[in-house]
Amino acid sequence: MPDFKAFLPDSSFALDVPASDWRDAIRKAGDRLVASGFTTDAYTDQMIETVEKMGPYIVIAPGLALAHSRPGDAVLGTGLSWVRLSTPVEFGNKANDPVSLVIGLAGRDEQEHLQVMSAIAGALTNKEKTAELAQAQTPEQIRSILES
Amino acid sequence: MDILCVCGNGIGTSVLLKVNVEQVASDLGMDVNVTTSDAGSAKGTANMNDLVLTSPQLAPELEGTTTPVETVENFMDTDEIKSILERYAD
Repeated sequence: MPDFKAFLPDSSFALDVPASDWRDAIRKAGDRLVASGFTTDAYTDQMIETVEKMGPYIVIAPGLALAHSRPGDAVLGTGLSWVRLSTPVEFGNKANDPVSLVIGLAGRDEQEHLQVMSAIAGALTNKEKTAELAQAQTPEQIRSILES
Repeated sequence: MDILCVCGNGIGTSVLLKVNVEQVASDLGMDVNVTTSDAGSAKGTANMNDLVLTSPQLAPELEGTTTPVETVENFMDTDEIKSILERYAD
């Protein structure tokens, strides 16, 4: 089991915060990555550019966006951020809008974050855990649901 | 069978998809080898695989490949992934 406290520290969470639109939502996920020492501000801009260039494919499940860009100089370490929106926003993805959870991802290489992604996939494919994650009140609770 | 999961950068959504595809394949008793790629380089590697999985937004980038391309709308819905894999199970 990966060390969630390292990949998802308290500083990487923003729970029930407002976002004016999808760019603002991604920016908030980027800010949490920066605050946790995983990325520089340039990475936040790259995550927004990814959607501008390739479309809202990062909205990979109903209500869930996985904001990310490529490994590069703007990535200082492998980690995630977890931004739960108080009001869902539209990303322009017909099948999966609106988005209420933005997970920011910074990866130095695929291997390093594969374990974390596996744990997240395990939780988010489980409807009960997904519901629990939406209700959880603290970073600690969210980590323990992902770890369970 | 060899399956290629494609996303914009080859590091985020395709990795999540790979994890779920491997889980579903193991439930179905299918022997699969799953790799990931970004959309740009996928055109070159797609032909070395038996199946390509990607999102509806990125499928146009793979036009022209001879390998079947299937799109997944909900990467976290193992039933959707299962229904695709079942069609390629033989």
